[in-house]
Amino acid sequence: MISQLSWKIGGQQGEGVESTDRIFSTALNRLGYYLYGYRHFSSRIKGGHTNNKIRISTKPIRAISDDLDILVAFDQESIDLNAGELRAGGVVVADAKFSPTIPEGIEARLFAVPITAIAEELGTSLMKNMVASGASWALLGLPLEVFNKAVEEEFGRKGPAVVEKNVQAVKRGAEFVLEQAGGPLEQFKLESADGKQKLFMIGNEALGLGAIAAGCRLMSAYPITPASEIMEYLIKKLPKFGGTVVQTEDEIAAATMAIGANYAGVRTMTASAGPGLSLMMESIGLSGMTETPLVIVDTQRGGPSTGLPTKQEQSDINALIYGTHGEIPKVVLAPSTIEECFYDMVEAFNVAEVYQVPVIVATDLQLSLGKQSCEPLDYGRIRIERGKLQTGELPEREPNKLFPRYEFSEDGISPRVLPGAMNGIHHVTGVEHDQEGKPSESADNRRKMMEKRMGKLDSLRITDAVKADAPHEAPDLVVVAMGSTGGTVDEARLRLAQEGMAINHVTVRQLHPFPSDLLEPHLRKAKKVVVLENNATGQLANLIKMNVGCHDKIESLLKYDGTPFLPSEIEKACREMR
Amino acid sequence: MATFKEFRNNVKPNWCPGCGDFSVQASIQRAAANIGLEPHQLAVISGIGCSGRISGYINAYGLHGIHGRALPIAQGVKLANRELTVIASGGDGDGFAIGMGHTVHAIRRNLDITYIVMDNQIYGLTKGQTSPRSAEGFKTKSTPEGSIESTLSPLEIALSAGATFVAQSFSSDLKQLTSLIEAGMQHKGFSLINVFSPCVTFNKVNTYDWFKEHIVNLEQFPEYDPSNRIAAMNKIMETGGMLTGLIYQDKNRKSYEDMAVGFGQEALAKQDLSLSREQFDKLVAEFK
Ligand SMILES: Cc1ncc(C[n+]2csc(CCOP(=O)(O)OP(=O)(O)O)c2C)c(N)n1
Ligand code: SF4
Repeated sequence: MISQLSWKIGGQQGEGVESTDRIFSTALNRLGYYLYGYRHFSSRIKGGHTNNKIRISTKPIRAISDDLDILVAFDQESIDLNAGELRAGGVVVADAKFSPTIPEGIEARLFAVPITAIAEELGTSLMKNMVASGASWALLGLPLEVFNKAVEEEFGRKGPAVVEKNVQAVKRGAEFVLEQAGGPLEQFKLESADGKQKLFMIGNEALGLGAIAAGCRLMSAYPITPASEIMEYLIKKLPKFGGTVVQTEDEIAAATMAIGANYAGVRTMTASAGPGLSLMMESIGLSGMTETPLVIVDTQRGGPSTGLPTKQEQSDINALIYGTHGEIPKVVLAPSTIEECFYDMVEAFNVAEVYQVPVIVATDLQLSLGKQSCEPLDYGRIRIERGKLQTGELPEREPNKLFPRYEFSEDGISPRVLPGAMNGIHHVTGVEHDQEGKPSESADNRRKMMEKRMGKLDSLRITDAVKADAPHEAPDLVVVAMGSTGGTVDEARLRLAQEGMAINHVTVRQLHPFPSDLLEPHLRKAKKVVVLENNATGQLANLIKMNVGCHDKIESLLKYDGTPFLPSEIEKACREMR
Repeated sequence: MATFKEFRNNVKPNWCPGCGDFSVQASIQRAAANIGLEPHQLAVISGIGCSGRISGYINAYGLHGIHGRALPIAQGVKLANRELTVIASGGDGDGFAIGMGHTVHAIRRNLDITYIVMDNQIYGLTKGQTSPRSAEGFKTKSTPEGSIESTLSPLEIALSAGATFVAQSFSSDLKQLTSLIEAGMQHKGFSLINVFSPCVTFNKVNTYDWFKEHIVNLEQFPEYDPSNRIAAMNKIMETGGMLTGLIYQDKNRKSYEDMAVGFGQEALAKQDLSLSREQFDKLVAEFK
């Protein structure tokens, strides 16, 4: 019996790869397996090879697997492109229609199933995906009823006749392959899972859910891969809470509209990826200068320019930290797990309001779009903190005195009042201003205002700003990573531990202001530090060198080909760098 | 009830003596008082330019943002608190050059805000460059041989973008301007009021006298029907865009706030942010 397995489905974009994956993983989730998904897709809608890979395990997993057990292929291209990943004893389930062949040099067992023929016989070739998934499900020997239940959920709204047809398609696929194979394959027999259904979602959904929990009621955004799912999720939910999502004309409007709404007292977010973030830079400066809260999600993808819009990268770090002209206080967070996507959004909204600053939550494509099992989310951890927002009645002002919106204070944070409040009138401007918000060019005021704003974040450390799994007092290596890479590091580490290699794993979750004090002790212990990131210039490593030092210990492991790290790549690199 | 004086503050405008923007400011203050607003119920959101300073000269909530973005900010304010009366304002460069995209889409979106453009056919703050509103052949620091680009017609653009309220006025005509601003604020949807507001320092062509000579007041046409969109478009074209008065109003189309599903009449900003345990569990259960 095995404890984990990898399954992949490949075909042309628009051919049902997505829906097959969805039903297959829903059924596995019902059985209680931990799942981790990876989507390979291109920037086109129909046509072009696409594939989805799912890792299935009885234990929590947060990484793509190095290899593959079962490949379901709708065309020869899917076999040619992906068969190389198959491990010895792997299986290909392919449509007999295109007379599939296994490329030379690859050892895999081929099941040519008349996928299209069966589907057409049952009424429509659209049901190909059901035949194919039925066949691969049967090879695992898992209960068919569970699978049928998932089919029912997918097609239920189309009526019982459609459900029945699809169930038939699954059955026929299963029967055909079982006859060829002589029953479920022994090597794919999975240990049974705990039977407890996990939450199963993509990072973008967790971010959206976190926003609602945080009290976000408005979102203004412009569609872009891989951020759009956040607005698509929120437009389904926010109207139920009195709010809405506005699809703006561009990202400048998205960011400035969010500033206007936050100024007027509604927790409002926007979300985008590199190109949109570039357009938002001036607005981020306005938020910083006027001390208006703002929450922005940046789902990083391959840059620069249009770059690799559907591929993994972590190359916006510099732009997010340094991208605005002038100097403002700003927070950049980087959740590293699906659960953190949820909790960090709650924290982002609190930090934005308490410190009156722009907060950017940076994910990466794999974290945003990879569908994965999620631990139960804790309602008890949701807190809403609005800082120095004045909601009660305000005293009458002396003639010609305005509300001291930018009053100097010990912590640099001033009282805030919402438009509409009696006796709260003040001015807000991106021009340097005095304590009432009126424009001022006085050198003395300028100095004090800069110090006030720039000092606000001195002490800010978000929850687990630096997250460490550091059991070793004298580690052979300290691996530092961010975003979705962490799960892959953990897996490589486990394997290396068996060889006796002691590795501490540190995740930087607060990129700005940089939590040097929290990272430094981990680096001090290290003989060598490896910083892993998906970009070509080592942006995180540079940040560490600049803030903490340790130049002589730090080496970079960079990957910038558009794909996430594989455990084996990290394993090999650590072995070499030791 | 507040008088227009209560909409004044003690900030001395840094506009040049004689600048048209003074009268626009006064008209906003009068209009606000006339429709019975209290200063704290008004939010003036402005762009960058000489004209953009206006939000700092009115005793009301004010946000002076970034160049060309007064409209999206103002729409955000209105979405968050629909109980506020929201004015967006700025120059012709602000609204018809750098911010043109927002202008067209704010018109389409039709949130209940009033947009007042101080149109001086030139860039004032940056000391005299051409604007999309400059006439062909107009010589400025950036067009020493005269502008060779065609002049943009905001009124035609507004109508074709589906505007529900389009008006034009002249800063010298305080009475007309004030009543149009009142009408705009009372209109249930987006209102555009383009105001000829001379720049006495950099525009030596489109002067007060020049405007007086060229303006065509709609009062001259007692039969003019501002609910007729085709007639409105014709009139704009016939007068070379120089007409003043209420040009078009559609009283039937609902505002964005009224159409948005789930949006209530109460200010969103006043609603409770917290999520009950039941609501939370229900949202989470969808991911099982
Ligand atoms: C992004 C950006 N680009 C350029 C400027 C410089 N700038 C400030 S105001 C302005 C144009 C002013 O003209 P207009 O909007 O017509 O207003 P006016 O000063 O005439 O009232 C320009 C180009 C700026 N502030 N921001
Ligand atoms: S430069 Fe022109 S627009 Fe600016 S304040 Fe002077 S007169 Fe008014």
